Amino acid sequence: MASVSSLPVRKFDAVVVGAGGSGLRAALQLSTAGLTVAVLSKVFPTRSHTVAAQGGVGASLGNMGEDNWHWHMYDTVKGSDWLGDQDAIEFMCKAAPEAVIELEHFGMPFDRNDNGTIYQRPFGGHSQNFGEKPVQRSCCAADRTGHAMLHTLYQRNVFANTQFFVEWMALDLIRDAAGDVVGVTALEMETGEAMIFHAKATLFATGGAGRIYASSTNAFINTGDGLGMAARAGIPLEDMEFWQFHPTGVAGAGVLITEGVRGEGGILLNKDGERFMERYAPTMKDLASRDVVSRAMATEIKDGRGAGPNKDYILLKLDHLGPDVINKRLPGIREIALKFGNVDCTKEPIPVVPTCHYQMGGIPTNYLAEVVIPQNGNPNTVVPGFYAAGEVGCASIHGANRLGTNSLTDLLVMGKSAGDSMIKFIRENNTHKPLPTDAGEISVARIAALDAKTGGESVHAVGDAMRQTMQAHCGVFRFPDMLEKGVTKIKQVAERAEHLEIKDKSKVFNTARIEALELQNLIEVAVSTMVSAEARKETRGAHDRADFHDRPGFVNGRDDDNWLKHTLWYKQGNRLDYKPVNLQPLTVPSFAPKARTY
Amino acid sequence: MKFQILRFDPDVDQKPYFKEYDIALEPSDRMLLDALIRIKSIDDTLALRRSCREGVCGSDAMNINGKNGLACITKVSELKEPVVLKPLPGLPIIRDLIVDMTQFFQQYHSITPYVINNDPAPEKERLQSPQDRLELDGLYECILCACCSTSCPSFWWNPDKFVGPAGLLAAYRFIADSRDQATNDRLDNLEDPYRLFRCHTIMNCVDVCPKGLNPSLAIGKIKEMMVKRAV
Repeated sequence: MASVSSLPVRKFDAVVVGAGGSGLRAALQLSTAGLTVAVLSKVFPTRSHTVAAQGGVGASLGNMGEDNWHWHMYDTVKGSDWLGDQDAIEFMCKAAPEAVIELEHFGMPFDRNDNGTIYQRPFGGHSQNFGEKPVQRSCCAADRTGHAMLHTLYQRNVFANTQFFVEWMALDLIRDAAGDVVGVTALEMETGEAMIFHAKATLFATGGAGRIYASSTNAFINTGDGLGMAARAGIPLEDMEFWQFHPTGVAGAGVLITEGVRGEGGILLNKDGERFMERYAPTMKDLASRDVVSRAMATEIKDGRGAGPNKDYILLKLDHLGPDVINKRLPGIREIALKFGNVDCTKEPIPVVPTCHYQMGGIPTNYLAEVVIPQNGNPNTVVPGFYAAGEVGCASIHGANRLGTNSLTDLLVMGKSAGDSMIKFIRENNTHKPLPTDAGEISVARIAALDAKTGGESVHAVGDAMRQTMQAHCGVFRFPDMLEKGVTKIKQVAERAEHLEIKDKSKVFNTARIEALELQNLIEVAVSTMVSAEARKETRGAHDRADFHDRPGFVNGRDDDNWLKHTLWYKQGNRLDYKPVNLQPLTVPSFAPKARTY
Repeated sequence: MKFQILRFDPDVDQKPYFKEYDIALEPSDRMLLDALIRIKSIDDTLALRRSCREGVCGSDAMNINGKNGLACITKVSELKEPVVLKPLPGLPIIRDLIVDMTQFFQQYHSITPYVINNDPAPEKERLQSPQDRLELDGLYECILCACCSTSCPSFWWNPDKFVGPAGLLAAYRFIADSRDQATNDRLDNLEDPYRLFRCHTIMNCVDVCPKGLNPSLAIGKIKEMMVKRAV
């Protein structure tokens, strides 16, 4: 073995990091093609965060009324506030129906219509005929769509004999002298031993990083591991200023209440019992896109019309749907409302607040899920051997704001696309590129530093500081002075994160060590978010700069002349770069930027 | 609030022991998992699994005051002190509250946990009536937390031979699916003195399921189908 590293090496055709929806969908493609594939996951696959998705997967099946992929594409472009790349959006929306049908054939327990077809419910921002009226496009399994999907994909991988490395945490990306990706290092949690996974093609399907915020719908495992690994290895992170705040997290707990509640007819009320969304979005009302609804809710609260003793939440009313609809379509919500909101939602409204939910940005890719970086004058030069899909990838399908249901659509379509691209690449480059001689050294050093450190900072304290800083300085409404202070503060937190100390020095299932390694990844995400957000001088989608709301010449606070471009943040030198948005779809005419109303 | 938590790190401990904690909870620490995270912020050596913190991923199953449950949806206000926490019973302890779930998943894998349909795939979805789909309710929602199987004495004695309530619930989930064509093979796979028939209807599984599912009922239905098939 060329490596001088002390780490053992195992070779696979492909390594997939992450076993959520996109990782499992890609793995299925690779295994079925007869390639050797190692899927690494910090948790047993069915515990990945896809499991928590509730409301549905968007695809223009047209089971409930007329629909087509072109309308879905328009809604997605508009939802993205024109920051989405229209080739990738066309690709996804066109491929969505087949991806859903495939999943049904795999055994997914979708809800059904009387004629036996898949039931679809309305969802925010999804419309008929280019914004005319709401459409029923969200294919669902009650309010447990992610659970049903993740289990189905895992089951199908059992059938395909995919090889899993469960409770392995990937630590670092391995690139050779040419910059090509040749694998990852990873840590087996149970034994504390690290290993090199040497691969012809490597996919990051590591999901999101919503745990940079204090209030988040995200699972504890959503720590941006793929983003941290990519950033350390010199790959830029794209559009990190765009974080979706889901309108309906349970107040105080952060647990998600699906937009499907509003899809089924639930409405948002302020303290006066007013259905305020009628003022903000006359056509789509409570089913406007998430950035619009969250902003409206935050405005109501800011202006003193929030409900509750502290006027700090909004009421989600659904009791008028009746117990039958609630028990049939929203049984999980009833459970969550009872446990986390202390209300029986068949009788009373659920207290909700906008809560960090999804990262639109990520590792820059094209619609083939190939990672692309600026090089030699081309902003989208492919990094050979490296792929990213699902929430960690930025194709960019969601631009500045993702539509509900499009995350599951994205992970199915892009997971499969990644698998197909990797198969093609492996067949064309069917040898392992040699490992660099220093492969794995950075990982060994990171672990050794944690083991040796005494008198350092506690992971809990630094993590708290990060979460509070992000929450206070980079939330739904963003102000220039708050962002500037936020940049200074988050750099201080990042500096503290250089000196983490753990008391637990055991080799066996050392969760303190895992949490420290995770925090090192989260910190990269937090810094990239704050720095990218401070720099973007406009309001677009989920990035709301209060100082640009009513700027003359700006459309909805948007500055298309100067800011219709993607941000690229580099860890090395904490540097920003930009690249153009691709407004050119694959086959249909471009949707030109215009005012965005719902 | 007072806790007694079973601790064991094979790197340093000869055998498991109880460690006592007396900690001040914040008002926001409403669930047992919140309390455990509070403890972990003081003593980072405590090892446990957790992820979604809303009862859907199945990571943080443990034995809470003698009964299996999920820490993230167990309210601290409803727990008697001292709160006694142990890893799930019947499986080997890896460390502290973390058990080795290999046998549990082996049993799940042994029931061919995927829909089998050998007809050529149609262009559209395979149709399924709402009534047929209803048969899957109460089955597909399982989160594989293992609360049920590790509360089952039959599974404690024969974890290598008895499929256990979670695996059998999954088996029936595929038998009950109108799209699945392998019912006979599935029944063959279970027709065994151990795999299915070690269930003695003790019903612990029903008592502890954090999702309110009823593996016992599903097992009864499989047994019924076996009888019908034999006639």
